[in-house]
Amino acid sequence: MSTRLLEGSEAIAEAMIAAGCRFFAGYPMTPFTEVLEHMARLLPGVGGACMNAESELEAIGMAWGAAATGTPAATGSTGQGLSLMQESLAEITLARLPLVVLNMARAQGDYFQATRGGGHGDYRHIVLAPADITEAVTLVQQAFALAFRWRNPVLVFGDYYLAHTATSVEIAAPASDERDTSWALDGRSGGTGRAKLLSPLGAFKRKNQAGYNLATHYASCAEATAEMAAGVRPLVETESTDDAEVVVVAFGTPGRYVRAAVRALRAQGLPIGFVRPITLYPFPSEAVVLACTGARAVAVYENNQGQMIDDVRLAVLGAAPVTFIGGLSLDSSGFGIAPDLDVQVLRARIEEVFAR
Amino acid sequence: MTEHEGHNIVPSGGPPSQPATLVRDFTPDLIDVGTHHLCPGCGEPVAMRAAVEAVSELGLVQRTIGVFGIGCYTAFSNNLDVEVLQALHGRAPSLATGVKRAKPDAFVFTVQGDGDMVNEGLQEVIHTAARGENVTCIMLNNGVFGETGGHMTATTVIGQRTKNTLDGRTAEDHGHPILLANMLAGIDGSAYVARGAVNNAHNVALTKQMITTAFERQVTGLGFTFVEILTMCPTGWFIETTEAPEYLADNLAAVHQIGVLKDVARTDA
Repeated sequence: MSTRLLEGSEAIAEAMIAAGCRFFAGYPMTPFTEVLEHMARLLPGVGGACMNAESELEAIGMAWGAAATGTPAATGSTGQGLSLMQESLAEITLARLPLVVLNMARAQGDYFQATRGGGHGDYRHIVLAPADITEAVTLVQQAFALAFRWRNPVLVFGDYYLAHTATSVEIAAPASDERDTSWALDGRSGGTGRAKLLSPLGAFKRKNQAGYNLATHYASCAEATAEMAAGVRPLVETESTDDAEVVVVAFGTPGRYVRAAVRALRAQGLPIGFVRPITLYPFPSEAVVLACTGARAVAVYENNQGQMIDDVRLAVLGAAPVTFIGGLSLDSSGFGIAPDLDVQVLRARIEEVFAR
Repeated sequence: MTEHEGHNIVPSGGPPSQPATLVRDFTPDLIDVGTHHLCPGCGEPVAMRAAVEAVSELGLVQRTIGVFGIGCYTAFSNNLDVEVLQALHGRAPSLATGVKRAKPDAFVFTVQGDGDMVNEGLQEVIHTAARGENVTCIMLNNGVFGETGGHMTATTVIGQRTKNTLDGRTAEDHGHPILLANMLAGIDGSAYVARGAVNNAHNVALTKQMITTAFERQVTGLGFTFVEILTMCPTGWFIETTEAPEYLADNLAAVHQIGVLKDVARTDA
């Protein structure tokens, strides 16, 4: 394996295929489009299929069908397209199927959509938010492992910068993880008296009476979700938090700019710490609490009106005041190119919190 | 219990004089549980029976994955002895596409109603047909949303009374019915398109033949195959159970006409 200069979209596509992804379906939308282009180009060569779906509704439907056969499958879009997919995403979760979903988001306004789920019912997805292409390569591969481990969709939350910037990166096949696909459909259990069923209404065949039992099924889904929430170790990056008086929290691409600002302030002698949640659900609350212990203020930067700040507040639980230093920052395209992602701008905002 | 003129229903407070004896179990092999919660006079179990018998007779049981929509027929998605993937309302053709592309050797059919296929998810079946996707879609068309209790769908015929067209559907107020099979027959990519019905023994036999042919075309790999089946819904039509077969012939079948609309394997069709 060698290091190559790749655009983020291409690196993500290659990483997914290296992780075993053999089915992809999508509908073009900036900044997700190039991932679809690369999957369409690359998948047939490895015996996979990439579908140019008629809409995001069908893209996730096709991915649902492929996932039901145990095929490592993925789909994606940007937040608007993800909105269309929410109904199916909720049902896929209740049907307990593994699926990787990319949200190449426009800025960070889809944090709630990703972490709370925009669909109906009592369900959760694991959400991973890489800050750069190298991390994205690792995380999309982990996403497949997590999806199969927990039989649950996993979202990877990217953005315009991740999709459209390039870096030198190595794409390696991840260490092989044993994927249990004994639940998957292939037709062969037909006629045995134990034909398989994959249904968001419950996968139990009822031999003695007609109809589904939703009470039983939803209770078992809730149990599986609780087990997943407790079993997933959330990833987090922390830096210079031990003696920090002010801790700054940011995720995704803005995390890199905030980290640079924190380093600059540290070099200046200011006791500022940095926390970057990488797993957004389950939220790394324990790590945030640990990082913020002893701090007199916590500052949250997001490129939105303040969404993750709720999770930070729920973690800190009043131990320190939590201040919002972000805000929606876009150029005229609305694609998520943010004038505020400027180390001097971010430094000034952090200094202001420190000076209080 | 309804009393009909000329039919004496014997009142009885006690047990029957003789125990019931099972003469023969007519449940098809692939239906695990014969009982269901569908209304008396419903045509959907008859259509389901024809579909699973065709799967069985063509020797496809251990290759089959059925994809079900949401409607009264969903009662059968968890009691068949073939593998089933339960979809959302309207979304079965895209799921079937994913299944077939991921497992090209699988035999894939969908079961949807008119509300599911023509209202909620119309674009799915049209694009699936246009892609020539090698799956079979079965549409059970009774012209109403049966599960919700008899509301207008996109296939409800002009004049038909439903719960939200109390004086009958009119073109002025509610638009025209969509004749889906006719529409799909005109699309390049569809290999076999037919419309049957289950309102009498002849039509049941005809429909079974249509399903069998559609399945055979899929096995041969000719492309998208489609069988629309007109089914009785006396509950949703607000008529007596016994009147439903004739109502189907006089109303639904008068607009959604029975026949083979396209068969690329036959030059005379």
